[in-house]
Amino acid sequence: MRLLEGVPRRGLILLAALLVCLIAFPLFASGYLLAVGFLILYYAYVGQAWNVMMGFAGQLSLGHSLYVGLGAYAAAALYVHFGVSPWIGLGASIVLCALAGAVIGLLAFRFGVSGVYFAILTIAFAEFARIGFDHFAWVRGSSGLFLPVANYTENDLWNLRGSPVMFYYLMLALTAGAFVLCHALLRSRMGYYWRAIREDPDAAQSLGVNTFRYKMVAVVLSAAMTSLAGVVFAFYYNNLFPEQIFHISRSIELILGPIIGGIGTLVGPLVGALLITGLAEGMRELMLQLGIDVPGVKQVFYGLCLLLVVMFLPDGVWPAIARRLRLHA
Amino acid sequence: MALGLSVIFGVVRVVNFAHGEMMTVAMYLTLVLVSALKLDPLVLLAPIAAVLFVFGYLLQLGLINPFINRPEHSQFMLLVAVALVLVNAQLIVFGPDAQGIRTAYSFDSFQLGPLIVDAAKVYAAAAALVVAGALFAFFRFTLLGKSIRACADNYQGALVVGLNVKRLYALTFGLGAACVGAAGAMLMVVIDVTPTLGPAYTLLAFVIVITGGLGSMPGALLGGLLIGLTEALGGVLFVPSAKSMFAFALLVLVLLFRPQGILGKKTS
Amino acid sequence: MLEIRNLSKSFRGLRAVREVSFEVPEGTINALIGPNGAGKTTIFNMVAGVYAPDSGSISFRKHPIHGLRPDQVCAAGIGRTFQIVKPFAGLSVLDNVMVGAFLKEKSAARARQISAGILERLGLGPKRDLPASTLTLPDRKRLEVARALATRPKLLLLDEVMAGLRPTECDQMVEVFRELNRSQGLTILLIEHVMRAVMALARHIGVLHHGELIARGTPEQVVRDPAVLECYLGEETEV
Repeated sequence: MRLLEGVPRRGLILLAALLVCLIAFPLFASGYLLAVGFLILYYAYVGQAWNVMMGFAGQLSLGHSLYVGLGAYAAAALYVHFGVSPWIGLGASIVLCALAGAVIGLLAFRFGVSGVYFAILTIAFAEFARIGFDHFAWVRGSSGLFLPVANYTENDLWNLRGSPVMFYYLMLALTAGAFVLCHALLRSRMGYYWRAIREDPDAAQSLGVNTFRYKMVAVVLSAAMTSLAGVVFAFYYNNLFPEQIFHISRSIELILGPIIGGIGTLVGPLVGALLITGLAEGMRELMLQLGIDVPGVKQVFYGLCLLLVVMFLPDGVWPAIARRLRLHA
Repeated sequence: MALGLSVIFGVVRVVNFAHGEMMTVAMYLTLVLVSALKLDPLVLLAPIAAVLFVFGYLLQLGLINPFINRPEHSQFMLLVAVALVLVNAQLIVFGPDAQGIRTAYSFDSFQLGPLIVDAAKVYAAAAALVVAGALFAFFRFTLLGKSIRACADNYQGALVVGLNVKRLYALTFGLGAACVGAAGAMLMVVIDVTPTLGPAYTLLAFVIVITGGLGSMPGALLGGLLIGLTEALGGVLFVPSAKSMFAFALLVLVLLFRPQGILGKKTS
Repeated sequence: MLEIRNLSKSFRGLRAVREVSFEVPEGTINALIGPNGAGKTTIFNMVAGVYAPDSGSISFRKHPIHGLRPDQVCAAGIGRTFQIVKPFAGLSVLDNVMVGAFLKEKSAARARQISAGILERLGLGPKRDLPASTLTLPDRKRLEVARALATRPKLLLLDEVMAGLRPTECDQMVEVFRELNRSQGLTILLIEHVMRAVMALARHIGVLHHGELIARGTPEQVVRDPAVLECYLGEETEV
C-alpha cells in the first residue's frame, strides 16, 4: 500500500471497487463486450503512457503511433521469423522505442525545437516510419505482417497465443501497473520536476532542474511504455499494416482519452478511454438498432462530442467529476 | 493552399489542423456547382473562395476566438474535432468513392520543349499564381492588410491602437480559408476528390509551410516548390510510393536546423 | 564570494552592460540600483547563467561560473528570483516551493517539510494549498523568494521583490532577509527601486547607468555622490 500512499481514503475505496469490477468483468461479459473492455484498457494504458510526456512534462507528441508501431513490429517480426517469445521480443521493443524516443528527444531538445514545432516533428517521424515500413520487405511491407493464429481453446501465455480473456487480463495488469507507476512518479522528485518544466521551463531551470535530462527521461519512458501496448496489440490482432498502425489518426485516437479525461491527471486517461470507447461502441450499437448504415455518422457524432468537451470542459472530464466527488485529483 | 495555412498561422498563431478538410469541402462544392451550373471550375474559383471565406470567418469568430489564449493542445483538439466532423460529414453526403470532373481541356496538353504538360495543370498553376499575387498585394498595399500584419507583429500593440483584433483574426482566418477554397477549385481540375483526401493534404500543407517558414508567404511558395521537387526526385530515384518520405526527411532537417523555416522570421 | 570582472554584453549592437566589475563579499547584503534599462537585470541573468557574457568573467567562490547553464549555477549555490514572476501556475504554493527543495533533498516528505517551514517564515503558510495562479502579486513575489530559498543557496539574487508591496509588507520582507543574513550567513545581492528597502538592507550599493557602474560605496556615500544625484536621483524620483 505504500505505493499508493497519499490517495485519499474515498479514492482508495473507489479504486478498489473499480479494480474488482474490472477483474470480475470477463465472468459476465460476452465476447463482444470483452473486446470493448480490452479496447478501453488498451486506450487507458497508451493514454497513460502519452500522459507521462504531455500531461506531466508538457511535451506535446502527435506521433505516438510511432512507438506503438515499432513496438508491435519488433516483437511480431521476431516471433514470426525466429519464433522468439513475445516476452523476450518485448525487451527488443522497449529498447527500440526507447532509442527512437531518445533520438527524437535528443534532436528536438538539443536544437531547441519546442511547442507546435516539436509536435510536428513527432508527426514527421511517425509518417517517416509509416512510409518506410511500407517498403520494408523483411516485415512484408505494405502487404502486412500476419501472425500464425492458434485456436483459442488453449492459452499459451509464453507465446501470447490464447483467448481474449487472457489478453484482457494482460491489458488490465499493464494498465494497473502503469497507474501505480505514474502515481509513484508524480509524487517523486521526478514528477515535481516534470510538472515544473511543463509550467515554466525557465523558472524550473533557475531552481536547479536539468530540464534537458528530465525531458529526455519523460520521452524515453513514455516511448518505452507505449511500445508494450504495441506488442500486446500485435499479438491480439495478429496482423500489422504500416498504413494502419503508424497512421496519424492512430496517434490522435490514442491521445483523445487523456485529453477528454483530463491531461496530467492519473485517472483522466482511464475515464477518457472509458468515455470515448464506450461512446464509439454505443453509437455503433445505436446505428445498428436504427438500421442506419451510412459510414461516417458515428465519427461526426464523435467529433461533435469532442468539440463540446474541448469547449466546455477544457481541463477534461475527470477534474470536474473529482470536484463532485470531493476527491483530490 | 499552403498559402492559406501560412496566413492563418502567421497572424492568428493557431495551427489549423482542419486545413485539408476545408479544402475537400471546397472541392466538393466545386463538384456540385460544376455539375449544376455547367461552368468551368476555374470560373467558379472566386465564388467558392467567397463561400469558404464566410465559412472561415464564422469558424474563427464562433469557435476559435475563445481559444486564442488557451494552450496549444487545446486549440489543436478543437481543430481535430472540426476536421473529424468535416471529413465524415462529407463521407455521409458524398460517399467514399473518388469523384472527378471533366472539362473541355481535360485531355489537352502543351508541348514545352521536351516536356509534355497537361493543360489542366497549366491553367491551375496560372490561377494559383494570380491568387498568390492578389494576396501578396492585399497584405502589402491595403490598409486592412496592414492592420492584419500589425496584429501578427504585436498583439498587445494592435489592441492598444484600437484595432479590433478579434474581427481581424476572423477576417484573416476567412482569407486563409478563401485561399483554401481557391486551391480546392483549382485542384478539382487536376485530381479527383475523396473525403479522405483531407487529412493527407493537411499533412502535406504542414510540410510545405514549415519547410518554407510558418507565416511567411514567399516561404509557402518556396516550400511548395521545394517539396514538389524533392518528392519528384525521390520518386524518380527510388520507388514512387516512397516519395513523401523524402518530403518528411526534408521537413525534419529544416525543423532541426532552422525551426522557423527557410524564409521564416525568428519569433521569441 | 562573487567576483565580476569586466563584464560586457550587447544585444543587437546595443551595449546593455559594459566593463562592469564588482565583488560581493561573503555574508553581506549588497544592492544594485539604477534607472530602468541600466543593465541590472542583464547582469543578474549573466550571473544566473541565462545569457553568456560577451566578455569578462564571473566567479563564485573562486570558481568561474560564466558559461554554465542556469541549473548548474543554481546547483553551485546561487538562487535567484525573477523580476517578472514565473510561478508554476498549475501547482499549489507548497508544490512550487518543493520543486526548489528537491535540489538538496531527494525524499518528498523531507522536501515538503522544509518547504512548509520556508512558507511559514514568509507568511505564506495559510495559503500553501492554494494553486499558485490564485495568488496576488505581492504573494507571488514572496513565492519567488520562497522557491529560491528552498534550493538552500549561499548567494541569493533578488530582482525587485519589494515592488508592489505596501510599506509594512516591505518592512516585513526586509526583516526576513536580515534574519536570514544574520542567522545563516546568507549573502544577498538585490536589484531594487524601493529605496526604503535598499537603505534598510544594503551595506554596499553599486549604481548602474547606461550599462556602466558609475558609483560604488555605502548607502551614505552613494546618495551624496554628485554623479549619482545628477543622472539618477535627479532624473527619476523613484524613492
